[in-house]
Amino acid sequence: MKRRDVLLAALALAVFWEAASLLVNRPILPSPLTVIQVFVKELFVGDLMEHFAASFWRVLASMLLSVALAAPAGLVLGQSQRLNRIFSPIIYLLYPIPKVVLVPIVLLFLGIGDLPKIVIIFMILFFQILVLVRDQAAGLPPQLIQSVRSLGAGRRALFRFVYLPASLPAILTALRQSVGTAVAVLYIAELFATQRGLGYYIYFNGSTLLDYPAMYAGVMAMSLLGLGLYFSVDWMERRLCKWQFVE
Amino acid sequence: MMIQLDSLTFGYPQAPPVFQDFNWRAARGETWAILGPSGCGKTTLLYLLAGLRSPTGGRLLVDGQPLTRPRPHTGLILQEYGLLPWATVRENAELGLRVRGFYGPDGTHAPRDGSTAAHSVLPWLERLGLDALADKFPSQISGGQRQRTAIARTLALQPDLLLMDEPFSSLDAITRSDLQSLTLELCAEQDLTLVIVTHAIEEAAVMGRKILLLGEPPNTQAVIIDNPGAGSPDHQHSEAYTATCHDLRQRMEAA
Repeated sequence: MKRRDVLLAALALAVFWEAASLLVNRPILPSPLTVIQVFVKELFVGDLMEHFAASFWRVLASMLLSVALAAPAGLVLGQSQRLNRIFSPIIYLLYPIPKVVLVPIVLLFLGIGDLPKIVIIFMILFFQILVLVRDQAAGLPPQLIQSVRSLGAGRRALFRFVYLPASLPAILTALRQSVGTAVAVLYIAELFATQRGLGYYIYFNGSTLLDYPAMYAGVMAMSLLGLGLYFSVDWMERRLCKWQFVE
Repeated sequence: MMIQLDSLTFGYPQAPPVFQDFNWRAARGETWAILGPSGCGKTTLLYLLAGLRSPTGGRLLVDGQPLTRPRPHTGLILQEYGLLPWATVRENAELGLRVRGFYGPDGTHAPRDGSTAAHSVLPWLERLGLDALADKFPSQISGGQRQRTAIARTLALQPDLLLMDEPFSSLDAITRSDLQSLTLELCAEQDLTLVIVTHAIEEAAVMGRKILLLGEPPNTQAVIIDNPGAGSPDHQHSEAYTATCHDLRQRMEAA
Protein backbone atom coordinates (compact mmCIF):
# COMPACT_ATOMS: atom_id res chain seq x y z
CA MET A 1 0.00 0.00 0.00
CA LYS A 2 1.26 3.46 -0.88
CA ARG A 3 1.70 6.02 1.87
CA ARG A 4 -0.02 8.63 -0.27
CA ASP A 5 -3.13 6.47 -0.63
CA VAL A 6 -3.33 5.96 3.13
CA LEU A 7 -3.12 9.73 3.69
CA LEU A 8 -5.80 10.34 1.10
CA ALA A 9 -8.05 7.78 2.77
CA ALA A 10 -7.53 9.50 6.14
CA LEU A 11 -8.42 12.83 4.56
CA ALA A 12 -11.55 11.38 2.96
CA LEU A 13 -12.68 9.97 6.31
CA ALA A 14 -12.13 13.37 7.96
CA VAL A 15 -14.22 15.07 5.28
CA PHE A 16 -16.96 12.49 5.77
CA TRP A 17 -16.84 13.07 9.53
CA GLU A 18 -17.05 16.85 9.06
CA ALA A 19 -20.03 16.49 6.75
CA ALA A 20 -21.75 14.15 9.19
CA SER A 21 -21.17 16.54 12.09
CA LEU A 22 -22.65 19.42 10.09
CA LEU A 23 -25.61 17.29 9.17
CA VAL A 24 -26.28 15.94 12.68
CA ASN A 25 -25.54 19.31 14.25
CA ARG A 26 -25.63 18.09 17.86
CA PRO A 27 -22.96 18.19 20.62
CA ILE A 28 -22.60 14.38 20.54
CA LEU A 29 -20.88 14.62 17.14
CA PRO A 30 -18.37 17.49 17.18
CA SER A 31 -16.42 18.48 14.08
CA PRO A 32 -13.04 16.81 13.58
CA LEU A 33 -11.38 20.23 13.68
CA THR A 34 -12.76 20.87 17.18
CA VAL A 35 -11.70 17.40 18.28
CA ILE A 36 -8.17 17.85 16.97
CA GLN A 37 -7.87 21.14 18.83
CA VAL A 38 -9.11 19.58 22.06
CA PHE A 39 -6.89 16.56 21.46
CA VAL A 40 -3.77 18.72 21.26
CA LYS A 41 -4.81 20.81 24.26
CA GLU A 42 -5.71 17.77 26.40
CA LEU A 43 -2.47 16.09 25.39
CA PHE A 44 -0.15 18.92 26.39
CA VAL A 45 -2.18 20.91 28.93
CA GLY A 46 -4.63 18.33 30.23
CA ASP A 47 -3.90 14.80 31.40
CA LEU A 48 -4.57 12.88 28.16
CA MET A 49 -0.87 12.10 27.80
CA GLU A 50 -0.85 10.42 31.20
CA HIS A 51 -3.83 8.23 30.29
CA PHE A 52 -2.30 7.43 26.94
CA ALA A 53 0.97 6.41 28.61
CA ALA A 54 -0.92 4.17 31.07
CA SER A 55 -2.74 2.36 28.25
CA PHE A 56 0.37 2.15 26.09
CA TRP A 57 2.36 0.62 28.92
CA ARG A 58 -0.36 -1.99 29.55
CA VAL A 59 -0.44 -3.12 25.91
CA LEU A 60 3.32 -3.04 25.53
CA ALA A 61 3.92 -5.01 28.73
CA SER A 62 1.41 -7.67 27.70
CA MET A 63 2.93 -7.88 24.22
CA LEU A 64 6.40 -8.43 25.64
CA LEU A 65 5.15 -10.87 28.25
CA SER A 66 3.17 -12.92 25.76
CA VAL A 67 6.04 -13.11 23.26
CA ALA A 68 8.42 -14.11 26.04
CA LEU A 69 6.17 -16.96 27.20
CA ALA A 70 4.24 -18.05 24.11
CA ALA A 71 7.11 -18.19 21.61
CA PRO A 72 9.24 -20.70 23.55
CA ALA A 73 6.14 -22.72 24.43
CA GLY A 74 5.10 -22.76 20.77
CA LEU A 75 8.56 -23.87 19.71
CA VAL A 76 8.56 -26.72 22.22
CA LEU A 77 5.07 -27.89 21.20
CA GLY A 78 5.96 -27.60 17.53
CA GLN A 79 9.00 -29.78 18.01
CA SER A 80 7.58 -32.39 20.34
CA GLN A 81 4.69 -34.40 18.97
CA ARG A 82 4.21 -36.04 22.34
CA LEU A 83 3.78 -32.76 24.23
CA ASN A 84 1.62 -31.38 21.47
CA ARG A 85 -0.69 -34.38 21.74
CA ILE A 86 -1.13 -33.64 25.44
CA PHE A 87 -1.61 -29.90 25.15
CA SER A 88 -3.39 -29.40 21.86
CA PRO A 89 -6.86 -30.42 23.17
CA ILE A 90 -6.43 -27.92 26.01
CA ILE A 91 -5.40 -25.19 23.58
CA TYR A 92 -8.23 -26.22 21.28
CA LEU A 93 -10.71 -25.58 24.11
CA LEU A 94 -9.17 -22.39 25.47
CA TYR A 95 -8.18 -20.66 22.24
CA PRO A 96 -11.69 -19.74 20.97
CA ILE A 97 -13.02 -18.50 24.34
CA PRO A 98 -13.60 -14.75 23.99
CA LYS A 99 -11.16 -13.59 26.64
CA VAL A 100 -13.08 -10.37 27.20
CA VAL A 101 -15.76 -12.24 29.16
CA LEU A 102 -13.07 -13.16 31.65
CA VAL A 103 -12.51 -9.49 32.52
CA PRO A 104 -14.75 -9.51 35.63
CA ILE A 105 -13.17 -12.72 36.90
CA VAL A 106 -9.61 -11.50 36.40
CA LEU A 107 -10.53 -8.24 38.12
CA LEU A 108 -12.00 -10.14 41.07
CA PHE A 109 -8.82 -12.13 41.48
CA LEU A 110 -6.19 -9.52 40.71
CA GLY A 111 -7.98 -6.41 41.93
CA ILE A 112 -7.02 -2.92 40.86
CA GLY A 113 -3.83 -1.71 39.25
CA ASP A 114 -2.10 -2.57 35.99
CA LEU A 115 -1.73 -6.30 36.53
CA PRO A 116 -5.30 -7.45 35.72
CA LYS A 117 -5.33 -5.38 32.50
CA ILE A 118 -1.99 -6.76 31.43
CA VAL A 119 -3.11 -10.31 32.21
CA ILE A 120 -6.27 -9.98 30.11
CA ILE A 121 -4.45 -8.74 27.01
CA PHE A 122 -1.76 -11.30 27.66
CA MET A 123 -4.34 -14.10 27.46
CA ILE A 124 -5.46 -12.93 24.02
CA LEU A 125 -1.98 -12.52 22.57
CA PHE A 126 -0.56 -15.63 24.24
CA PHE A 127 -2.81 -18.08 22.43
CA GLN A 128 -2.46 -16.35 19.06
CA ILE A 129 1.34 -16.45 19.25
CA LEU A 130 1.43 -19.94 20.72
CA VAL A 131 -0.66 -21.44 17.93
CA LEU A 132 1.12 -19.65 15.08
CA VAL A 133 4.63 -20.36 16.39
CA ARG A 134 3.72 -23.97 17.07
CA ASP A 135 2.44 -24.50 13.54
CA GLN A 136 5.44 -22.72 12.08
CA ALA A 137 7.88 -24.87 14.07
CA ALA A 138 6.02 -28.06 13.22
CA GLY A 139 6.07 -27.11 9.55
CA LEU A 140 9.85 -26.82 9.29
CA PRO A 141 10.99 -29.49 6.83
CA PRO A 142 13.03 -32.20 8.59
CA GLN A 143 15.56 -31.97 5.75
CA LEU A 144 16.32 -28.40 6.78
CA ILE A 145 16.98 -29.43 10.38
CA GLN A 146 19.11 -32.36 9.25
CA SER A 147 21.26 -30.30 6.92
CA VAL A 148 21.88 -27.66 9.56
CA ARG A 149 22.73 -30.42 12.04
CA SER A 150 25.15 -31.85 9.51
CA LEU A 151 26.95 -28.50 9.55
CA GLY A 152 27.75 -29.15 13.18
CA ALA A 153 24.77 -27.46 14.82
CA GLY A 154 23.69 -28.85 18.17
CA ARG A 155 20.60 -27.84 20.08
CA ARG A 156 21.77 -24.30 20.86
CA ALA A 157 22.93 -23.50 17.33
CA LEU A 158 19.71 -24.97 15.91
CA PHE A 159 17.76 -22.64 18.15
CA ARG A 160 19.85 -19.64 17.16
CA PHE A 161 20.05 -20.30 13.43
CA VAL A 162 16.79 -22.13 12.69
CA TYR A 163 14.06 -22.00 15.31
CA LEU A 164 14.45 -18.38 16.34
CA PRO A 165 14.44 -16.90 12.82
CA ALA A 166 11.70 -19.33 11.79
CA SER A 167 9.38 -18.24 14.59
CA LEU A 168 9.94 -14.52 14.11
CA PRO A 169 7.41 -14.12 11.27
CA ALA A 170 4.86 -16.16 13.22
CA ILE A 171 5.29 -13.93 16.28
CA LEU A 172 4.94 -10.76 14.25
CA THR A 173 1.95 -12.06 12.28
CA ALA A 174 0.25 -13.04 15.52
CA LEU A 175 0.90 -9.61 17.01
CA ARG A 176 -0.29 -7.81 13.91
CA GLN A 177 -3.49 -9.84 13.77
CA SER A 178 -4.35 -9.50 17.43
CA VAL A 179 -3.15 -6.04 18.42
CA GLY A 180 -6.52 -4.54 17.39
CA THR A 181 -8.42 -6.98 19.59
CA ALA A 182 -5.95 -6.31 22.38
CA VAL A 183 -6.65 -2.56 22.33
CA ALA A 184 -10.40 -3.20 22.17
CA VAL A 185 -10.27 -5.43 25.21
CA LEU A 186 -8.03 -2.94 26.98
CA TYR A 187 -10.84 -0.40 26.59
CA ILE A 188 -13.27 -2.74 28.34
CA ALA A 189 -10.76 -3.57 31.05
CA GLU A 190 -10.07 0.09 31.72
CA LEU A 191 -13.73 0.79 32.41
CA PHE A 192 -13.37 -1.01 35.73
CA ALA A 193 -11.39 -0.41 38.87
CA THR A 194 -9.03 2.20 37.55
CA GLN A 195 -8.70 5.95 37.13
CA ARG A 196 -5.91 5.80 34.60
CA GLY A 197 -5.98 4.76 30.98
CA LEU A 198 -7.79 5.80 27.82
CA GLY A 199 -10.77 3.55 28.50
CA TYR A 200 -11.41 5.36 31.76
CA TYR A 201 -10.75 8.75 30.12
CA ILE A 202 -13.26 8.14 27.34
CA TYR A 203 -15.92 6.84 29.68
CA PHE A 204 -15.41 9.54 32.30
CA ASN A 205 -15.54 12.41 29.79
CA GLY A 206 -18.47 10.95 27.90
CA SER A 207 -20.72 9.79 30.73
CA THR A 208 -19.80 11.89 33.76
CA LEU A 209 -18.47 15.20 32.49
CA LEU A 210 -20.46 15.11 29.25
CA ASP A 211 -17.43 16.75 27.61
CA TYR A 212 -17.94 15.25 24.16
CA PRO A 213 -14.98 16.84 22.34
CA ALA A 214 -12.70 15.45 25.08
CA MET A 215 -14.38 12.08 24.78
CA TYR A 216 -13.71 12.12 21.06
CA ALA A 217 -10.10 13.14 21.74
CA GLY A 218 -9.83 10.02 23.90
CA VAL A 219 -11.34 7.88 21.14
CA MET A 220 -8.82 9.41 18.77
CA ALA A 221 -5.97 8.65 21.15
CA MET A 222 -7.08 5.04 21.47
CA SER A 223 -7.37 4.71 17.70
CA LEU A 224 -3.89 6.15 17.30
CA LEU A 225 -2.61 3.69 19.89
CA GLY A 226 -4.03 0.75 17.92
CA LEU A 227 -2.88 2.16 14.59
CA GLY A 228 0.59 2.95 15.93
CA LEU A 229 1.05 -0.54 17.29
CA TYR A 230 -0.22 -2.08 14.08
CA PHE A 231 2.10 0.01 11.94
CA SER A 232 5.06 -0.71 14.22
CA VAL A 233 4.55 -4.45 13.98
CA ASP A 234 4.02 -4.16 10.23
CA TRP A 235 7.24 -2.17 9.92
CA MET A 236 9.17 -4.69 12.00
CA GLU A 237 7.81 -7.50 9.85
CA ARG A 238 9.02 -5.79 6.69
CA ARG A 239 12.41 -5.10 8.21
CA LEU A 240 13.06 -8.39 9.97
CA CYS A 241 11.35 -10.77 7.55
CA LYS A 242 12.54 -9.31 4.26
CA TRP A 243 12.49 -12.72 2.65
CA GLN A 244 8.71 -12.85 2.87
CA PHE A 245 8.30 -9.73 0.79
CA VAL A 246 10.62 -10.47 -2.13
CA GLU A 247 9.27 -11.34 -5.54
CA MET B 1 40.07 -46.12 4.85
CA MET B 2 37.49 -43.33 4.72
CA ILE B 3 34.40 -45.40 5.43
CA GLN B 4 34.29 -48.75 7.11
CA LEU B 5 31.13 -50.69 7.94
CA ASP B 6 31.70 -53.86 9.96
CA SER B 7 28.64 -56.10 10.30
CA LEU B 8 26.51 -53.02 10.51
CA THR B 9 22.89 -53.53 11.48
CA PHE B 10 20.25 -50.86 11.42
CA GLY B 11 16.49 -50.90 11.57
CA TYR B 12 13.72 -48.50 12.42
CA PRO B 13 11.51 -49.43 15.39
CA GLN B 14 8.75 -51.90 14.57
CA ALA B 15 10.14 -52.66 11.12
CA PRO B 16 12.44 -55.29 9.70
CA PRO B 17 16.12 -54.24 9.62
CA VAL B 18 17.27 -52.19 6.65
CA PHE B 19 20.84 -53.45 6.99
CA GLN B 20 21.92 -56.69 8.61
CA ASP B 21 25.56 -57.69 9.10
CA PHE B 22 26.42 -55.37 6.30
CA ASN B 23 30.08 -54.86 5.38
CA TRP B 24 31.36 -52.12 3.12
CA ARG B 25 34.54 -50.12 2.74
CA ALA B 26 35.31 -46.98 0.79
CA ALA B 27 38.83 -45.64 0.45
CA ARG B 28 39.87 -42.01 0.63
CA GLY B 29 39.41 -40.09 -2.60
CA GLU B 30 36.99 -42.57 -4.18
CA THR B 31 33.74 -41.50 -5.77
CA TRP B 32 30.85 -43.77 -4.92
CA ALA B 33 27.29 -43.85 -6.15
CA ILE B 34 24.72 -45.67 -4.06
CA LEU B 35 21.96 -46.90 -6.33
CA GLY B 36 18.71 -48.62 -5.53
CA PRO B 37 14.93 -48.40 -5.77
CA SER B 38 13.01 -46.28 -3.25
CA GLY B 39 12.76 -47.90 0.14
CA CYS B 40 16.02 -49.82 -0.25
CA GLY B 41 17.74 -47.88 2.52
CA LYS B 42 20.09 -45.70 0.51
CA THR B 43 19.11 -42.49 2.26
CA THR B 44 19.27 -44.31 5.59
CA LEU B 45 22.82 -45.35 4.77
CA LEU B 46 23.73 -41.77 3.96
CA TYR B 47 22.21 -40.53 7.23
CA LEU B 48 24.21 -43.19 9.08
CA LEU B 49 27.39 -41.99 7.35
CA ALA B 50 26.48 -38.40 8.22
CA GLY B 51 26.10 -39.28 11.89
CA LEU B 52 22.43 -38.31 11.92
CA ARG B 53 21.41 -41.90 12.75
CA SER B 54 23.24 -44.49 14.84
CA PRO B 55 23.67 -48.15 13.93
CA THR B 56 21.72 -50.58 16.10
CA GLY B 57 24.54 -53.11 15.78
CA GLY B 58 28.01 -53.50 14.36
CA ARG B 59 30.56 -50.79 13.72
CA LEU B 60 30.60 -47.73 11.53
CA LEU B 61 33.94 -45.93 11.25
CA VAL B 62 34.54 -42.76 9.28
CA ASP B 63 38.20 -41.85 8.93
CA GLY B 64 38.94 -44.51 11.53
CA GLN B 65 36.64 -42.99 14.16
CA PRO B 66 33.27 -44.29 15.32
CA LEU B 67 30.51 -41.73 14.78
CA THR B 68 28.45 -40.40 17.64
CA ARG B 69 27.24 -37.22 15.95
CA PRO B 70 27.81 -35.34 12.68
CA ARG B 71 31.50 -35.06 12.02
CA PRO B 72 32.96 -31.60 11.31
CA HIS B 73 34.77 -32.79 8.20
CA THR B 74 31.77 -34.43 6.55
CA GLY B 75 29.58 -32.36 4.25
CA LEU B 76 25.97 -33.33 3.54
CA ILE B 77 23.85 -32.04 0.67
CA LEU B 78 20.19 -33.03 0.42
CA GLN B 79 17.77 -32.93 -2.45
CA GLU B 80 15.80 -29.90 -1.31
CA TYR B 81 14.93 -27.70 1.64
CA GLY B 82 18.56 -27.57 2.75
CA LEU B 83 18.76 -23.79 2.63
CA LEU B 84 17.34 -21.41 5.21
CA PRO B 85 14.50 -19.60 3.41
CA TRP B 86 15.03 -16.43 5.47
CA ALA B 87 18.73 -16.11 4.70
CA THR B 88 20.36 -14.80 1.53
CA VAL B 89 22.66 -16.87 -0.66
CA ARG B 90 25.67 -15.37 1.10
CA GLU B 91 24.22 -15.94 4.58
CA ASN B 92 23.31 -19.50 3.67
CA ALA B 93 26.81 -20.14 2.36
CA GLU B 94 28.22 -18.72 5.60
CA LEU B 95 25.97 -20.80 7.83
CA GLY B 96 28.45 -23.63 8.43
CA LEU B 97 31.20 -21.19 9.33
CA ARG B 98 28.86 -19.27 11.61
CA VAL B 99 27.81 -22.46 13.38
CA ARG B 100 31.49 -23.20 13.93
CA GLY B 101 32.11 -19.69 15.16
CA PHE B 102 29.15 -20.11 17.50
CA TYR B 103 30.77 -23.04 19.28
CA GLY B 104 34.42 -22.23 18.73
CA PRO B 105 36.92 -24.97 17.81
CA ASP B 106 35.70 -27.54 20.33
CA GLY B 107 36.41 -30.68 18.31
CA THR B 108 32.76 -31.73 18.60
CA HIS B 109 30.85 -29.20 16.53
CA ALA B 110 33.89 -27.76 14.80
CA PRO B 111 37.36 -29.19 14.18
CA ARG B 112 39.95 -28.37 16.81
CA ASP B 113 42.51 -27.62 14.14
CA GLY B 114 42.30 -24.61 11.89
CA SER B 115 40.66 -21.27 12.48
CA THR B 116 36.88 -21.24 12.25
CA ALA B 117 35.67 -17.81 11.36
CA ALA B 118 38.67 -16.61 9.35
CA HIS B 119 37.54 -18.24 6.12
CA SER B 120 35.50 -16.32 3.67
CA VAL B 121 32.82 -17.82 1.49
CA LEU B 122 33.38 -15.27 -1.25
CA PRO B 123 35.90 -17.35 -3.23
CA TRP B 124 33.42 -20.23 -3.13
CA LEU B 125 30.55 -18.04 -4.29
CA GLU B 126 32.74 -16.89 -7.16
CA ARG B 127 33.90 -20.41 -7.97
CA LEU B 128 30.28 -21.57 -8.15
CA GLY B 129 29.14 -18.54 -10.13
CA LEU B 130 26.96 -17.17 -7.32
CA ASP B 131 28.67 -13.87 -6.59
CA ALA B 132 26.04 -11.87 -8.48
CA LEU B 133 23.26 -13.61 -6.52
CA ALA B 134 24.82 -13.20 -3.08
CA ASP B 135 22.02 -10.99 -1.76
CA LYS B 136 19.11 -12.98 -3.19
CA PHE B 137 16.91 -15.24 -1.11
CA PRO B 138 16.50 -18.94 -1.99
CA SER B 139 12.97 -18.31 -3.29
CA GLN B 140 14.39 -15.89 -5.84
CA ILE B 141 16.88 -18.24 -7.49
CA SER B 142 16.62 -21.42 -9.55
CA GLY B 143 16.88 -24.96 -8.24
CA GLY B 144 20.34 -25.35 -9.75
CA GLN B 145 21.51 -22.13 -8.10
CA ARG B 146 20.10 -23.34 -4.79
CA GLN B 147 22.12 -26.54 -5.02
CA ARG B 148 25.21 -24.51 -5.94
CA THR B 149 24.64 -22.51 -2.77
CA ALA B 150 24.39 -25.73 -0.76
CA ILE B 151 27.65 -26.92 -2.34
CA ALA B 152 29.37 -23.60 -1.55
CA ARG B 153 28.19 -23.81 2.04
CA THR B 154 29.54 -27.33 2.40
CA LEU B 155 32.87 -26.79 0.66
CA ALA B 156 33.55 -23.63 2.68
CA LEU B 157 33.95 -25.99 5.64
CA GLN B 158 36.79 -27.81 3.86
CA PRO B 159 35.34 -31.29 4.17
CA ASP B 160 37.14 -34.49 3.24
CA LEU B 161 33.94 -36.50 2.77
CA LEU B 162 31.01 -35.25 0.74
CA LEU B 163 27.64 -36.98 1.08
CA MET B 164 24.86 -36.16 -1.35
CA ASP B 165 21.27 -37.39 -1.29
CA GLU B 166 19.69 -37.18 -4.75
CA PRO B 167 21.07 -33.66 -5.04
CA PHE B 168 20.17 -33.13 -8.68
CA SER B 169 16.94 -35.05 -9.10
CA SER B 170 14.65 -32.02 -9.18
CA LEU B 171 16.75 -30.17 -11.76
CA ASP B 172 16.32 -30.04 -15.51
CA ALA B 173 18.59 -32.25 -17.61
CA ILE B 174 21.11 -29.62 -18.66
CA THR B 175 21.51 -28.07 -15.21
CA ARG B 176 21.80 -31.57 -13.78
CA SER B 177 24.61 -32.60 -16.06
CA ASP B 178 26.38 -29.26 -15.44
CA LEU B 179 26.26 -29.78 -11.72
CA GLN B 180 27.30 -33.42 -12.01
CA SER B 181 30.49 -32.43 -13.86
CA LEU B 182 31.10 -29.54 -11.48
CA THR B 183 30.77 -31.84 -8.48
CA LEU B 184 33.22 -34.37 -9.92
CA GLU B 185 35.61 -31.56 -10.80
CA LEU B 186 35.46 -30.13 -7.29
CA CYS B 187 35.90 -33.54 -5.70
CA ALA B 188 39.06 -34.13 -7.73
CA GLU B 189 40.30 -30.61 -7.01
CA GLN B 190 39.69 -30.79 -3.26
CA ASP B 191 40.63 -34.47 -2.96
CA LEU B 192 37.19 -35.35 -1.57
CA THR B 193 35.67 -38.73 -1.01
CA LEU B 194 32.23 -38.61 -2.59
CA VAL B 195 29.20 -40.71 -1.76
CA ILE B 196 26.16 -39.80 -3.81
CA VAL B 197 22.79 -41.47 -3.41
CA THR B 198 20.60 -41.76 -6.47
CA HIS B 199 17.72 -43.75 -7.86
CA ALA B 200 18.74 -42.99 -11.45
CA ILE B 201 20.89 -45.57 -13.21
CA GLU B 202 22.40 -42.98 -15.54
CA GLU B 203 23.40 -40.72 -12.68
CA ALA B 204 25.08 -43.61 -10.85
CA ALA B 205 27.00 -44.49 -14.00
CA VAL B 206 28.05 -40.87 -14.54
CA MET B 207 29.09 -40.09 -10.98
CA GLY B 208 30.33 -43.30 -9.36
CA ARG B 209 33.67 -44.82 -10.18
CA LYS B 210 32.32 -47.47 -7.87
CA ILE B 211 28.65 -48.21 -7.53
CA LEU B 212 27.05 -49.79 -4.48
CA LEU B 213 23.80 -51.43 -5.44
CA LEU B 214 21.16 -51.84 -2.74
CA GLY B 215 17.98 -53.86 -3.02
CA GLU B 216 14.93 -54.78 -0.98
CA PRO B 217 15.81 -54.68 2.73
CA PRO B 218 17.36 -56.30 4.62
CA ASN B 219 20.60 -55.62 2.76
CA THR B 220 23.13 -58.18 3.88
CA GLN B 221 25.78 -58.06 1.20
CA ALA B 222 27.37 -55.13 -0.57
CA VAL B 223 26.94 -55.51 -4.33
CA ILE B 224 29.68 -53.41 -5.92
CA ILE B 225 30.08 -52.59 -9.59
CA ASP B 226 33.30 -51.04 -10.85
CA ASN B 227 32.87 -48.19 -13.25
CA PRO B 228 36.41 -46.84 -13.70
CA GLY B 229 35.56 -44.52 -16.56
CA ALA B 230 33.30 -42.25 -14.48
CA GLY B 231 34.56 -38.68 -14.32
CA SER B 232 36.55 -38.81 -17.53
CA PRO B 233 35.44 -36.26 -20.14
CA ASP B 234 33.83 -38.53 -22.75
CA HIS B 235 32.60 -41.20 -20.41
CA GLN B 236 28.93 -40.65 -21.23
CA HIS B 237 29.54 -41.40 -24.88
CA SER B 238 31.68 -44.49 -24.27
CA GLU B 239 30.71 -48.11 -24.72
CA ALA B 240 31.73 -48.80 -21.14
CA TYR B 241 29.10 -46.34 -19.92
CA THR B 242 26.38 -47.98 -22.00
CA ALA B 243 27.46 -51.39 -20.78
CA THR B 244 27.44 -50.27 -17.14
CA CYS B 245 23.94 -48.83 -17.50
CA HIS B 246 22.75 -52.01 -19.13
CA ASP B 247 24.34 -54.13 -16.42
CA LEU B 248 22.82 -52.00 -13.65
CA ARG B 249 19.38 -52.11 -15.23
CA GLN B 250 19.46 -55.88 -15.49
CA ARG B 251 20.62 -56.27 -11.90
CA MET B 252 17.91 -53.92 -10.63
CA GLU B 253 15.22 -55.71 -12.62
CA ALA B 254 16.43 -59.08 -11.37
CA ALA B 255 16.31 -57.95 -7.74
